[in-house]
Amino acid sequence: MEPVAVRAWTATTALGSGVDAQLAGLRSGRSGLRPNDLGPFVDGAPLSCFVGRVEGLEDAPLPAHLAHWECRNNRLAWMALQADGLPGAIGDAVRRHGAGRVAVVVGTSTSAIGATEEAYTRLEPGAGGTPSFPPDLARRAVHTVHALGAFVQEATGLQGPCMTVATACASSAKVFAQGARLLHAGLADAVLVGGVDTLCGSVLYGFNSLQLVARERCRPFDVARGGLSLGEAGGFALLERAGPGDDALKLRGYGESSDAHHMSHPHPEGAGARLAMRDALARAGIGAADLGYLNLHGTATPANDRVEAAVVAAMFPGTLHASSTKGWTGHTLGAAGIVESVIALIALREGFLPGTLGLATPDPACGPQVRPEAGNTRIDYAMNNSFGFGGNNCSLVFGR
Amino acid sequence: MTVLACTLEGIGFWAPGLPSWEAARAFALGGTSDPDGPRKPSPRLLAANERRRAPETVAVALEVALGACQAADRDPAGLPSVFASSQGDLVIADYMCATLADAPATISPTRFHNSVHNAAAGYWTIGTGAMHPATALSAGDASFAQGLLEALAQLASGAEAVLLVGYDGAAVGPLGAVVHSTGLLGGAMVLGRGVRTGGTVMQVRIVEAEPGSVAADGPLARHAGGNASAPMLPLFDALAAGSARASLDAGAGRRLDITLVEHPAMQGAAHES
Repeated sequence: MEPVAVRAWTATTALGSGVDAQLAGLRSGRSGLRPNDLGPFVDGAPLSCFVGRVEGLEDAPLPAHLAHWECRNNRLAWMALQADGLPGAIGDAVRRHGAGRVAVVVGTSTSAIGATEEAYTRLEPGAGGTPSFPPDLARRAVHTVHALGAFVQEATGLQGPCMTVATACASSAKVFAQGARLLHAGLADAVLVGGVDTLCGSVLYGFNSLQLVARERCRPFDVARGGLSLGEAGGFALLERAGPGDDALKLRGYGESSDAHHMSHPHPEGAGARLAMRDALARAGIGAADLGYLNLHGTATPANDRVEAAVVAAMFPGTLHASSTKGWTGHTLGAAGIVESVIALIALREGFLPGTLGLATPDPACGPQVRPEAGNTRIDYAMNNSFGFGGNNCSLVFGR
Repeated sequence: MTVLACTLEGIGFWAPGLPSWEAARAFALGGTSDPDGPRKPSPRLLAANERRRAPETVAVALEVALGACQAADRDPAGLPSVFASSQGDLVIADYMCATLADAPATISPTRFHNSVHNAAAGYWTIGTGAMHPATALSAGDASFAQGLLEALAQLASGAEAVLLVGYDGAAVGPLGAVVHSTGLLGGAMVLGRGVRTGGTVMQVRIVEAEPGSVAADGPLARHAGGNASAPMLPLFDALAAGSARASLDAGAGRRLDITLVEHPAMQGAAHES
């Protein structure tokens, strides 16, 4: 495919806001995960687990002109939109192309459902006495999946095509593929891609019902791993067609696939994951040996890590440095794609390849690719894997 | 001005009393709907036990998707897919929020994994064995229009044909008083790059528009106007009536201007001009 320039990129996670905070956290080996203190509560106690919570959201209301979009997820979106010079980069793109030629393609898993959950805990008698949302939460635009895309569009003033992609934990990886296609098809001249997901009862108790939540901090690829730690995050990247001699880092390839197997279990042989990685390499025009870093999906659930490790061991030489960074951020679900794409871009820019926090004794399925320790090497290509419920897979290749 | 073109190879449709595209077209041309028809489709792709348990939104999405593939004479396993739904499954959203308020630890694992916006896309790939990419998106009232743009972009980026599905279900409970949607509605299209004899060529461009300027007064738009996916119906009304043009609300002061040509005169694939 024609390389796509990544003009600006940023992430906000439990490690802090912006690229420098991610790099400092990854270098320090200090986890952003802490004991869960978020509701809903059962018998007065929160769900016993660790979470990757973004500091300061409670004290960061939206500006007055956007107050009708208030909810935790949009607060995080707004915070993430301010970091790493993104407003300036968006403004430059609008000056170059016009607001109508800059698209918004953002991913989420649960969007603003936290606001809907809150409304159900505060129902009050409405017309005819039926239980109704309290007036401050009776805002139609918030209680819907597209609350994220519509908010980002209004907050940035962009007027190109705008959609919210919701393919569970693959959401904000697929936005890069869709952004590249919009540019290729001539439907936009720049695309703001990204993803935002916030901690809420649906995901805490939903993943708990599937017995996938670890009681301790998650331990990706460890033989004794006990499930995932949930996190919240937001991030964005601004995509444009690359010009001749363009020195921006670039999206070089994408691969998407479906497992066609089960709603919540990965394909046992990782057939879909393999297809996604193969197609991403093919679009980038590189071989498996050319890849320098792979940010694994690595959720620390028993099934994901066993399947993903086996596929990586079969596809790549042992020289590949692969790791899961979810021990720092938690699994940020619909935001995992953008967060871990930012980490792949950090690896390219800094030559810093993160290890796997929480990994002591690798699962027998792991080849030498899965690294507990960080490395320092200049690389030319970095890949990010994001796999979601519904058997939805996406792999991205970034390069120079 | 970018104009993207494709061939409409097949259509699937389901609304209350209109259980197929043939029934919908006949109704739009002056016929009647069946008031005693089934309240939800029974998707042939799912095993019997799953068919009963499947959320209504999944059932209607799978029904119209299969209908479009059959009309196009395409193997469903061979197509990438785009599922566009404004609201996803509002019955499950109501269940999740009510259960979290009352007894969070009793959430059903099946209903949780069915709560993802890509549930219909997931069941479609499982039921058909399609390992091609599937996406699921929402853009509010512009969901089908934005899904159409993604489908056209996939064709322009090399896909031979793409399945596009729009669907929504009824809102219930306290949420239903804030987010409005009634009944069950699905519409699907198989869109191809190549020209086909007898296929309708669709040419699509994005134009500026005043909010509310897209007319939704055709028979299908009136029949299912309360559903959150109703903004897709002006296109289906135009196709049923054999109109040469259609418009879809694309959100943010834009609409899609769609030209429909019954007998393809143009050569080749999606193109820019």
